[in-house]
Amino acid sequence: MKPLLTRSQSAAISTGVFWFVFLLVVLQLWLLTATMNAHMGGDQSVVWPAAAASVACLAVNLWLLRRLQHLEGDG
Amino acid sequence: MNGDHADRRDYPNRRPLEMQPQWVRDFPTDVPDDELVARRAFVRFLVLTSGAFATGQCWIGLMGREVSGPQPRQRVATLAELRVRRILEFRYPTADDPCLLIDLGGDRIVAYSQKCPHLACAVIPDLDRHELICPCHNGHFEIEAGRPIAGPARRPLPRIQIELDGDAVFATGVELSTT
Repeated sequence: MKPLLTRSQSAAISTGVFWFVFLLVVLQLWLLTATMNAHMGGDQSVVWPAAAASVACLAVNLWLLRRLQHLEGDG
Repeated sequence: MNGDHADRRDYPNRRPLEMQPQWVRDFPTDVPDDELVARRAFVRFLVLTSGAFATGQCWIGLMGREVSGPQPRQRVATLAELRVRRILEFRYPTADDPCLLIDLGGDRIVAYSQKCPHLACAVIPDLDRHELICPCHNGHFEIEAGRPIAGPARRPLPRIQIELDGDAVFATGVELSTT
């Protein structure tokens, strides 16, 4: 059976996914440093919203990894 | 490996398999496939890093719950002692938290944690210059409010809230600040 995507198309998609995941990880790193600074300064109000945002980023990353594995399995 | 797959294979020098050096013909590598596998492995590593960051965030949240409980009221000195010595050391809120009680003259009394917010070295008061100095990395804090004025520290010294009750000085809480 002919695959749905050509090899170059799936390569382009996986590169896009890679950069998106990379961007989210950089965002999480920023969240972690900003939260740690706030925590050390006694400001606890941002800690749990930042944790929720970080967990959301992780969920998106896991979903993208799963999609990537499906894509490469199909391609 | 079938012929179709071999035809689709790309080599860095863009030549077909027949024109590749002997060692490439002996051990052919599918370069785009190899790149795809490497990229996927790196995305896996990034997702693992993402999980570590999310765990770190939750850990900070749990630590915050532990430290946000009520703080004790503790007698730390008498005014008579402070007037004579001008600087007194005490421990608050636990025995592992050294603090300084400083008489600035008049009715002004301040107290700070002695741990530098940079890397927790002990700060030393210099009353002549109205500063607290961290000798480890040459950090300077103004003595009136504990704000950093030079050196690597970005946060002020944790301020100890004090109360006067007759001649006794009580510590009642720790005030942290980001600016």
